[in-house]
This record gives sequence, structure tokens and C-alpha cells, in this order.
Amino acid sequence: MSAIPVESPFRRFVEDFVRSPTAVIAAIGVLGIACVAIFAAQIAPQNPYDLAEINIMDGSLPPGSVGFDGFHYWLGTDEQGRDMLSAMIYGLRISLSVSLIAVGSAVAIGMSLGMLAAWSGGRVEAFIMRAVDIQLSFPALLVALLLLAILGKGIDKVIIALVLVQWAYFARTVRGAALVEIRKDYVMAARCLALQPMRILFGHVLPNCLPPVIVIATVQVANAIAIEASLSFLGVGVPITEPSLGLLISNGFGYLLSGRYWISFYPGVVLLVTLVCINVVGDHVRDILNPRMQK
Amino acid sequence: MLAYLIRRFGQSLLVMAVMATIVFFGLYMVGNPVDLLINPEDDLAAQEAAIRRLGLDQPIYIQFLQFLKGIATGNLGVSFVHNTPALELILSRLPATLELAFFAMLLAILLGIPLGMIAGLYPSSPGSRVIMGGSIIGFSTPNFWQGLMLIMLFAVFWRVLPSGGRGQTTDLFGIPVSFLTLDGLKHLILPALNLAIFKIALVIRLSRAGTSEVSLQDYVKYARARGLSEKRIVGVHILKNILIPVVTVLGLELGNVIAFAVVTETVFAWPGIGKLLIDSIGLLDRPVVVAYMMLTVFMFVMINFFVDMAYSMLDPRIRIKAGKS
Repeated sequence: MSAIPVESPFRRFVEDFVRSPTAVIAAIGVLGIACVAIFAAQIAPQNPYDLAEINIMDGSLPPGSVGFDGFHYWLGTDEQGRDMLSAMIYGLRISLSVSLIAVGSAVAIGMSLGMLAAWSGGRVEAFIMRAVDIQLSFPALLVALLLLAILGKGIDKVIIALVLVQWAYFARTVRGAALVEIRKDYVMAARCLALQPMRILFGHVLPNCLPPVIVIATVQVANAIAIEASLSFLGVGVPITEPSLGLLISNGFGYLLSGRYWISFYPGVVLLVTLVCINVVGDHVRDILNPRMQK
Repeated sequence: MLAYLIRRFGQSLLVMAVMATIVFFGLYMVGNPVDLLINPEDDLAAQEAAIRRLGLDQPIYIQFLQFLKGIATGNLGVSFVHNTPALELILSRLPATLELAFFAMLLAILLGIPLGMIAGLYPSSPGSRVIMGGSIIGFSTPNFWQGLMLIMLFAVFWRVLPSGGRGQTTDLFGIPVSFLTLDGLKHLILPALNLAIFKIALVIRLSRAGTSEVSLQDYVKYARARGLSEKRIVGVHILKNILIPVVTVLGLELGNVIAFAVVTETVFAWPGIGKLLIDSIGLLDRPVVVAYMMLTVFMFVMINFFVDMAYSMLDPRIRIKAGKS
């Protein structure tokens, strides 16, 4: 018996994805950025937080200058003589890890609550969905800002604030998808087999709810990076010892009016490229996974 | 309708109460209020007098009741730094923020709708591609960095516009406004543009999607068949029909404008409530932070309430559905 060649959903997804050159470029960009962040210590020409490596004599050099001991600063230095290129590579790592941890936690919490709402219905569902409505009626940046005004600075607190403003998107999406799935025959079959509700929910229903979650998670990673950067810029985000891209831009703000633009210009370019790449990939994935858009 | 209105109003009050509770317990449980509210440089007797004066020696539930009473009577404490009632301080800064928000909205409508309609009417022309590409970048650019770049270009390199502040103000019905003098207008352009860019990108997307959908409708074909001029079809038949979603979304975005005004005001040193909030957080001026929180919650609850009311008046299905559940 010869097997009929079945096109796997993943393969079909990849084939649809590579049809758009813009999306492919953006996806390569995302991968490149991720690699730079992961291998920051190996790629960066200097460790910007090792005081033995930075030289205060090289402070505020414009891009392309050669430092006191012959070190080439391609993107200039900040006021303390740190190589901007290295500082940005390390900053990218902090920005990405903060937002990935936050979105990961928000997905876990939001998905569990969304599934719980869809499965139990009644009062539990009404309560969770009302909380989602209220949460989403306030702008994310404002909620995070006010929360950090109470909690104070710190990477852990930024992550808490990001999770708090993002769980609701996932809860709402998963509930919607799960309500459709729970009425399908395979769930009825699983119930008739007397499987544990937990096993039905997480083993059978959850995998079928994943496509919209993946789309929203992609966009939310970009949102989390932008919110974290804004919070750090406003002075309530990450501490000065672990500067993200937002804090680097904030540091350069004071030097902008004297014409030393590079301290905030280049970190912003990196931030912008990162956000555009993630958003383009997210948009394209949504178009592919949205059944209405398929011919 | 009345039953729905009352129930919806009750819900709004409930949200206010929940938020007040969160703010109260957030501030009074996470941090010790004595550290936050009392000048640590005072001597012990003065500190105890201050504790009594602020009612911090009372049990927690009495303090909570007093906090609620303060909210109901509009007494949200006195700013440590400015030594004026916190609510009064915020209200005195509010006109600056509202002026900024109003001009940002105006820019979003005046620039966003025409650009979006062009992109919707001629989807494959190079101009439309530029517009849509620009709108993706406008969506993705972090608001604060965009502000810095505007300052860098217009204030540092070209020296045509001021980098911050509000400029000369004139009183209009007793409220200081910037837009009536040339100097004030110059100060207003950059912050308003910075606040507007995200909205422009949003309006472009909405009106493009609306235009490409509406252009295929039968009434547009019929208008063409009647031999109406293209100007009239686009300006009346299409424009009117795309305005509904654009106006709805812009109304909902009003709250977001106030949130992002915090960022824009910080970048451009615009003396509105957002800058006041950031300054107060930096100076640990807690009464102002609390007053800002409660005022914002109130504002959002009100916006949502009126939006829901407007919807239920326009679409009876909503109140029937809500009545059933």
C-alpha cells in the first residue's frame, strides 16, 4: 500500500509564506536580529559594561572616529566613552528578552483563562470576559506607566506590567476559538470516552486554537518592545545598569540639542527596524492563517 | 432603553469603585504610606503630627472610607511639591493637553482621510505604495524616538521650529491657548504632528480599506451609470460612507491620544497633564499621581459609557442582546 503524499499544514504554510518577497526579507531580518541578540557577547566589538574596556577619553566621539588607543568607533561613543554599536547590541538583547518573557507569560496566563472561560461558561466566563473588556478599554501604555509608578523601576516589574496589559488579548482570542472548537464532534467523542477535562482542553482543543494565538503573539512581541522602550524612555522602565534600546535613546536625549545626534539616533533605527520586521512578518502570517483571505 | 442605560451606568460606577480600590491598596499596601507621604527630613514630633493630620493612624478600613469620601467630594490630596490641591493642579494643566490632542486629531483627519482615499482608489499606483509603506512605518515608529527625530531635524539641523515648550499663549475665554499667536503655533506644530503620526497611519488604513470596499458597491456603480462626475462620486458617495468607521475608531482613540500625550509632552516639554504626571513620578509627588490616576479612570469610564450609549442608540440589537444576557 503506497502512501498518498499528503501536504503537511506546516509545509503549505511555508510555501504560502515565501510567495511574498517583503515577508521573506522581514523574516530574515527577524532571524538576524534574534541571532545578534543571542550572540551579543561574541559579536559586540567591546563589552560596554566592562569598565576596563571603555575609555573616558573617548567620550562623545562622532561615528567613524578612531579612539585614543586606536579603537574604531563605527557608530560613535556616548558621553562615557562607550562604543554605541556594542551598547546597542547589548541593549537589543535586553529589549528582546524582556518582551519575549512578558509575551510568553501573557500567552500562558491568557490562554488558560480563555480556555477556562470557554469550558465553564456561566458566571466564571462572565467574570473573566468582563475583566478582559475593562482591561482592554484602557490604553496599554497608560496602565503599564501607572502600575510602574506604584511598583517602581526594575526588569521584573516591567515584565509584570507587560503581562498585565497583554493577557487580555490572548484570553479573548482563545475563548473565541475554543468556543468554536468545543462544539465540534471530536470534543464530543473525547467526552464520550470519559477523558479528563484537562486532557481534552489542553491535548485536543488547545492545539486547534493556536493559529490566531501565534498571530497575536507576534504582533504583541513588537508591542511589548515598543511599550518597554517608551517606559524606559519615560524613566519608569529598566534600571540604568541594564539599559535597553529605549533607555539608550533616553540617555542620548540630553545631548541631542547640542548636535550629538548619534547617541539616540542609531538605537532608534535598530528599534524601528526590529518593530517593522516583526510587524511585517506578523501581518503576513495573519493573512495566510486567515481562512477568509485564502482563495 | 432606560433599563439598559441604568445597568450600563451601574457598571461604570462599579469599574470606578474597583479602580479606586486597586489604586488605594496598590499605594497603601505595596509601599508604606508614611515613607511616601511624609517628609523624611522632619523631626519625630512633626512626623507624628503629619501622620495624625493625614489620618494614617486610623485603621485601614477607615482610611479607605476617607479615601472614597475624598474622591466623591473631589478632594484628592495636596501636592507636596506645588502645595496646591492635586486635582486643581491637574485641571490647570488640562487645557494644554486638550489643545495638543485636538490639533493632533485634526491633523489625522485632514491628512489621513485624503491619503487613505487615494490609496484606496488607485491601489496599484506608485503613490499609493508610498502612502501604504509610510503608514506601516508610521505604525511601527516608537512615538518618543519619532519626536526626538523631529526635534533633531527641525530644531537642531534646520533651526526652523522651536524644540519644546508652549511659546506665547493668549487667553481665550480665560483659558491660555497657544494656537492664536504665530509663536505659539510654531511651538504647537511639532508636538501635534508627533502625536498625530500614529493616528494618520491608522486613518489611512481605515479609509483605504473603506474606499476599496465602498467603490465596489452597487450605489457607486449606479452613481457612475447616472453619469455623475467622478468628483461628486468620490467626494459625496464614497467619502460619506467611509466616514462612519473612521469617526468611530477616532472616537475610541481619543483615550489613546491622552495616553500618548504623556510621551509627546515629555519629549517636547509641553506643560500638560502628561508631563505633570512624569515629573510627579520623578519627584515622588504621590497625591498628584493618585489624582491623575483617578481622573484618567474617570475619563475612560465616561468615554466608554458614552460610546456604548451612542452605539445602542444607533443599533438597537446591542441593547436587546445586553438585555437578554
